[in-house]
Amino acid sequence: MADTTADPRLAAPRAAPRRRMRLSWADPVFRAVVWQVLIVGVVVAIAWYLIRNTNENLAARHIATGFGFLGRVAGIPIGESLIPYNPASDTYGTALLIGVLNTLDIAIIGIILATILGTLIGIGRLSKNWLLAKLTGFYVETLRDIPLLLQLLFWYTVLQGMPGPKQAWHLGDAAFLSNRGLKLPRLEWQTAHTWALVAFVAGLIVTWFCTRRAHERQDATGVRPAVWPVAVGVLVVLPLIVWAALGAPFTLELPALRGFNFQGGLTLAPEYFALLLGLVTYTASYIAEIVRSGIQAVPLGQWEASRALGLSSGAILRRIVLPQALRVIVPPMTSQYLNLTKNSSLAVAIGYQDVVSIANTTLNQTGQAIEGIAYIMAVFLLISLSISLFMNWYNARIALVER
Amino acid sequence: MSEATLHIPTAVRTQTAIASLGPVAWARANLLGSWWSTAVTLLLGYIILRVIVGVVEWGLIHAIWTVPYSANGIADTLVCQAAKGTGACWAVLVDKYRLILFGRYPYAEQWRPAIVVLLFVGLYIVSGLRRFWRKELLLVWIVVLAAIGVLMWGGVFGLSEVTEDNWGGLPITLILATFGAAFSFPLAVLVALGRRATKLPAVKILCVLYVEIIRGVPLIAVLFMASVMFPLFMPAGVNVDKLLRAQIAFILFAGAYLAEVVRGGLQALPPGQAEAADALGLSYWQKTGFIILPQALRLVIPPLVNTFIGFFKDTSLVLIIGIFDLLTMGKVALSDPPWQGFSTEVYLGLASVYIAFCFAMSKYSRGLERDLNRSRAR
Repeated sequence: MADTTADPRLAAPRAAPRRRMRLSWADPVFRAVVWQVLIVGVVVAIAWYLIRNTNENLAARHIATGFGFLGRVAGIPIGESLIPYNPASDTYGTALLIGVLNTLDIAIIGIILATILGTLIGIGRLSKNWLLAKLTGFYVETLRDIPLLLQLLFWYTVLQGMPGPKQAWHLGDAAFLSNRGLKLPRLEWQTAHTWALVAFVAGLIVTWFCTRRAHERQDATGVRPAVWPVAVGVLVVLPLIVWAALGAPFTLELPALRGFNFQGGLTLAPEYFALLLGLVTYTASYIAEIVRSGIQAVPLGQWEASRALGLSSGAILRRIVLPQALRVIVPPMTSQYLNLTKNSSLAVAIGYQDVVSIANTTLNQTGQAIEGIAYIMAVFLLISLSISLFMNWYNARIALVER
Repeated sequence: MSEATLHIPTAVRTQTAIASLGPVAWARANLLGSWWSTAVTLLLGYIILRVIVGVVEWGLIHAIWTVPYSANGIADTLVCQAAKGTGACWAVLVDKYRLILFGRYPYAEQWRPAIVVLLFVGLYIVSGLRRFWRKELLLVWIVVLAAIGVLMWGGVFGLSEVTEDNWGGLPITLILATFGAAFSFPLAVLVALGRRATKLPAVKILCVLYVEIIRGVPLIAVLFMASVMFPLFMPAGVNVDKLLRAQIAFILFAGAYLAEVVRGGLQALPPGQAEAADALGLSYWQKTGFIILPQALRLVIPPLVNTFIGFFKDTSLVLIIGIFDLLTMGKVALSDPPWQGFSTEVYLGLASVYIAFCFAMSKYSRGLERDLNRSRAR
């Protein structure tokens, strides 16, 4: 009897009793199992039906599945390639790899430029100058409302309509814009530059260690030793000394008009330049809005409080506002980076040979539709996943540490 | 990036103060605030003036609106060729606007796609007005979409039959976007619910896979899949029309994105709502249909509109798989030999159509967001 009247709170906590599943519709566990079996069954049945049809169709068309075609000679002419490529001897595998490299090339350069341009425009929209604020607002409103593909086609025709090499628009003897694309001077790379670069990377590592030391010291003593003299020394002076010690070579290879075209220098082909221009200006209009709303999300009191503390305006921005704004900015920025990367696939419409374009040519030539599309999807899933992982890591780093 | 150039959300006080001081004071505060601001104003003012003068000269003063036609009906574009670079040749739009807007739809029947466009616009406006946000709206959508199908296909009520091969232009763009949104929405709601169904792990995994795979690849990959792989999926002899294939690809694509928007609304809802519904003894579907979804969907209407704007622009990608939407028809018009080389004019015309739709929708979405937030603010 005493047991039943005892205070249940005094009893040791017990696990909930394991209930056996009843074979009845009234039992939620049973219902869940039935629903899952049903839904998964339907999905599997559809997939099986589609795969069976596909196999029959492939058999009827005498198409062999598999990635064996990757070893065959491609014969696809590729205008721009980061690795040596010869259409007469290289395989589909190499051609598709070049496609991936081209996609990564445009995506990385595009992300960097779009971030810079978008940030500038976003800050411009918050300017006290009415004209600047309205103009940047107009830019954002207009570019967001026009399909990217239309913008790409427009830029491409504009570049194609440029005057020929002989009447090219030029900036002195250095840069030329003609219907052959944009020509820029190129630094002739020599061993001294490689060593200077090595010194710079070593400098980065040293700076990183110094910053960490400074943090530890600040945590321990409250006094932060200055890092910048070390940083300037190892990041600027050291590479310069290395470069000078090796004879300070510096020769620019200028593009020069010979006959009907330019020789030498760095070339941005019209396709590449149009794609870059379109992607950067379009994505920048989204990034500008993200930056603007990020800065506006920082409460006014934060500015006032930091001014009251006597911080300089640079310090306010760097130490108070930006760290808080970044928390709002980074997640949507991630999706814009992903969008830019995915949008780079529109290259196929203007003839820049990215992964989609080359895979499309491959599947037209070989008839390997499933493999070609699987390849495109795998590449983009991998890129998307990598960007997401990196940005999530960065986001976790700058996230508010709650104690 | 100095403090002087940053305009922190202004208090209402300063704005009224400026307004009461007249235009000179306003200009002093907003255009000539500091030497830096003055320099920016002067520089931008000069550039804007130059651009406006250039655009007006090119687009209005030296523009050519009509060209003579030769006896066999071919446009004689010599005037335009001569004015190239100095004046716009709007004659290309005057000559080709029917082709661009309605594609190869039989010329005498083009009033039908014109009505379809108006029906779509009317549908958007009615759906946008909050006084019509009730169950009957679903009925309106069904009726209007059915009417659009009847008008486009014909074959009944004495309308001559027009197959999908002859459709083109703006109706295709609107059909892809609207039918895509209408059919992907129920799919998106189910997927969003499935993704939150912790008690059904297998369903949850399926939904996560679907959403993440579609969102991880570009729309072109999905469209290629529809145009190249879809025929392989079908049993021999079954031939699905290209437009329908693209439409299915669009629905699958839009479904994944809308599902994430809907999931955002489901997550924003306080858990007390679901717990209270459970406590009342409502079944899962009663709880979802009467308690959760009405509140969650209301929360996400502005992002839904924004996503729809995205789809509207994305429909232009069907150019790559050879469907004759608005953008493709623009390119087709440009391939006509006399009009080759007047792409700037055509692209500007196309851009203005897209801007008209997208700007109206984004303006609406922002107004809605403000209104909905106002009602929540206390």
